[in-house]
Amino acid sequence: MDNLLSIVTFLPMLAALILAVFLRGTDEAAQRNAKILALVATLATFVISIAIYTEFDPSNTGFQLVEEYEWFGGLTYKLGVDGISVLFVLLTTFLMPVVIGACWSVNERVKEYMILFLILETLMIAVFCALDLVLFYVVFEAGLIPMFLIIGIWGGQNKVYAAFKFFLYTLFGSVLMLVAMLAMWWDAGTTDIPTLLNHEFSSEAFSLMGFQIVGGLQTMLFLAFFASFAVKMPMWPVHTWLPDAHVQAPTAGSVVLAAILLKMGGYGFLRFSLPMFPVASELLATFVMSLSVIAIIYTSLVAMMQQDMKKLIAYSSVAHMGFVTMGIFAMNQQGLDGAIFQMISHGFISGALFLSVGVIYDRMHTREIDAYGGLVVRMPAYALVFMFFTMANVGLPGTSGFVGEFLTLSAAFQVNTWIAFLATTGVILSAGYALWLYRRVVFGDLIKESLKTITDMNTRERLMMVPLVVMTLLLGVYPALVLDLIGPSVTHLVENVQSALPETVSAVASAPSH
Amino acid sequence: MISSDLNIVLPELILAAFAMLALMFGVYTKKDETAPVITWATAGVMIVLGLWIAFSPMANRDAFNGAFVDDGFSRFAKVLMLWASAIMLLLSQDYLRRNDMFKFEYPILIALATLGMMMMVSAGDLMSLYMGLELQSLALYVIAAFRRDSLKSTEAGLKYFVLGALSSGMLLYGASFVYGYTGTTNFAGIASTIQAGEHLELGLVFGLVFLCVGLAFKISAAPFHMWTPDVYEGSPTPVTAFFATAPKVAAGGLFARVMFDAFDGAQADWTQIVAFLSLVSMFLGAVAAIGQTNIKRLMAYSSISHMGFALMGLAAGTEAGVKALLIYLAIYVVMNIGTFAFILNMEKDGRPVTDIRSLGQYSKQAPGRAAALTVLLFSLAGIPPMVGFIGKLYVLRAAVGADMAWLAIGGAIASVIGVFYYLRIIYYMYFGEETDGLDGKMPGLHFVALMGAAALMLIGIINPFGLENYAALAAQSLLN
Repeated sequence: MDNLLSIVTFLPMLAALILAVFLRGTDEAAQRNAKILALVATLATFVISIAIYTEFDPSNTGFQLVEEYEWFGGLTYKLGVDGISVLFVLLTTFLMPVVIGACWSVNERVKEYMILFLILETLMIAVFCALDLVLFYVVFEAGLIPMFLIIGIWGGQNKVYAAFKFFLYTLFGSVLMLVAMLAMWWDAGTTDIPTLLNHEFSSEAFSLMGFQIVGGLQTMLFLAFFASFAVKMPMWPVHTWLPDAHVQAPTAGSVVLAAILLKMGGYGFLRFSLPMFPVASELLATFVMSLSVIAIIYTSLVAMMQQDMKKLIAYSSVAHMGFVTMGIFAMNQQGLDGAIFQMISHGFISGALFLSVGVIYDRMHTREIDAYGGLVVRMPAYALVFMFFTMANVGLPGTSGFVGEFLTLSAAFQVNTWIAFLATTGVILSAGYALWLYRRVVFGDLIKESLKTITDMNTRERLMMVPLVVMTLLLGVYPALVLDLIGPSVTHLVENVQSALPETVSAVASAPSH
Repeated sequence: MISSDLNIVLPELILAAFAMLALMFGVYTKKDETAPVITWATAGVMIVLGLWIAFSPMANRDAFNGAFVDDGFSRFAKVLMLWASAIMLLLSQDYLRRNDMFKFEYPILIALATLGMMMMVSAGDLMSLYMGLELQSLALYVIAAFRRDSLKSTEAGLKYFVLGALSSGMLLYGASFVYGYTGTTNFAGIASTIQAGEHLELGLVFGLVFLCVGLAFKISAAPFHMWTPDVYEGSPTPVTAFFATAPKVAAGGLFARVMFDAFDGAQADWTQIVAFLSLVSMFLGAVAAIGQTNIKRLMAYSSISHMGFALMGLAAGTEAGVKALLIYLAIYVVMNIGTFAFILNMEKDGRPVTDIRSLGQYSKQAPGRAAALTVLLFSLAGIPPMVGFIGKLYVLRAAVGADMAWLAIGGAIASVIGVFYYLRIIYYMYFGEETDGLDGKMPGLHFVALMGAAALMLIGIINPFGLENYAALAAQSLLN
């Protein structure tokens, strides 16, 4: 299987093409066929992607399963995975069948809906596999188009505003990254990511319009990449697109957004910012960690006051992503391990939470917390599942949520006690908003007339939840499953960053700073 | 001597002879009934000439003492212009017929305009430059006012004429300065005089600036863009479509030709001017289009913004920059052919519609066409993986490589602003309120053009059809 990654990447696209060309009609049978084909395609993609897992050798810190073909203008079509990216590929292929399952209740323009999700899957996998700067940019950016249409066409009341905000916000961050990428292309003479990882970008201070830029070119490039990934992540204060996008997006769209698309930002930090601009990362680490802490505390407080369930979970996502950026910029083994673990685990947990909201939204067509209460009476299975993921979201030991938070916090503690101290309050706050949400929705008396006939989760919904429950538990009790896979690559990354630092950072720091 | 000169300008001669023969044929036969025949014949001649130029062996020749240059650069532009003109000509037939203005002069005027454009990109002398420019402009003035009995169309034609004459005047004024201070109108002569001098003389700076102003007007770069929205809106749609394609290539090509051939020694001076034009155009085009609901005005601002991007390549002042300019123009032309193939068919009850709000939920009425237009709009916006992104990639790369990161950042930000109005059209088609809808018919030719352009925009990202190599050769021949 020489082209394993390409096969996994383009299988969903192929299915999308088949749907677009061969599926005719809009009657119920055609809709059903579209859903089944999409489900089969995503399942097949997942099955094939297991081969990536078996072929992958964790002890090798280089890129594996590499494919390289000439593209145009000196660019290459180059795919490959290392310990940092391989799990994101698997996360994507694992979650997509669940996402397609979440689309089952949609019955408007089903064919287009499925096509967009399949294209989106291809683009997301390609983001995590791409080993060429421009290729990365193309797929990174292209993902906006299907998501824009998904929010815009199948979204809720205020979908147009949300779709535009999502698109323009994320695009704005990305174009600055594009300019930085072009500067890197000129500087290093190549767009090959493995080569760039070993290229030392100048960190010599220079002055720009009277300002002394400490860290020089690296700082400029870092900031440009930061603009893109911070928006994507999203970090406070550029997170405001996320609640809007989540609230208006259909359930499946929210799941993809929270579970996979947000991870692109964190992945970008790990793939580009840290290894390519170590000096700038070191210089700005405190700044980024401070933003992360603000995000953790502020968005947790905001989450507490939300009336809309999806908005609450969206804000909680921002807070959890705060742990990720904090871990990444602690720049040590535990921090990076924890950040990756947190991203994977958040993929399952937030996906499941949005699915849970989707379950009751499909029945009641409202996301207002006040419209619910006492669901445990009519929906015991739902109450159980929702309870499980609420606890996982809080970071209860035994669930995967705990491991990531614990690792990132202990990593931050080594670097800066205050940051760790403040971030830990986020754990308490998350318990606050998550449990309060649970109490208001599930417990209490079932007094609302409209809720008296609500039905419990059906087989399809239960089936969707099963893999997520299993993974959350499994990773919670046996985190080595992830950590062994990413460990060597992370160690390699940390060593590289640290070895690039000592002399340069002290040189920069001792330089006259006027 | 003369015969070898004539041999070099043979394609132009053939087109000129054909245009005159067609005129005679039209006059002495049944007038407008011959319009379809002449249209097809003109398009055929253009396509064949394009093929001929494309497949003739590479050469770097000049004729008439350097007044006419035949090199890779001019050939690239000529092939592009000839084919774009031919396609636009064929696409205009249905619209003209439906609106009772299918006169036999139309294809002939297009042919003459194209002839002027071919002269422009081959100009090696201020005289031939002006000759080409005026031949093109006069033909364009006439077709802008082609719908004689429409107030808007005549207004557009008159506006275009008056402002065009003004800009020609400025260009001539600049040319007179250049001639006065260098003593020659020949580009090579001007270049060697500039090279010989220590620094650019003040009079030459004046000349350069006025030349740039005149050229900026022709390429519709801000702040000399004022005619564009009105002329685009007022002209019959096929004419607008034509304006948005071949003449842009010609103006861009001429701009590069003059700057590199005549003012190569004064690069530091003109790159500043061009960078300014580029930045202002990108922002103005992006911001001013936000409020437009008329799709023709919107496309006018879009073209201003796109010319800003194309000029960014020129502003870089390097070979990579010229290559980027050519790639950008080629992609731009293809996108516009597809988009205007759609706009030409925006009709309701047999009357042309230009309001974008009429596209409400168009995706339900015609999913295929809506999808194709969406692809083209994303491509115009420069969003990957559409080919429009490749054009932006090359110009931004050229700017960054020429130490003009500020221009690249400005362009990147402008492109985000510009995305808004393309998204707005998509918004009407997919998310908006359902409106009365448009007439469902679309002639086969337009359908092919729309779908073909959209397909190119998607497939091109895999491999842009060797466009890069041709553009690289063309850029090389201009700079050496």
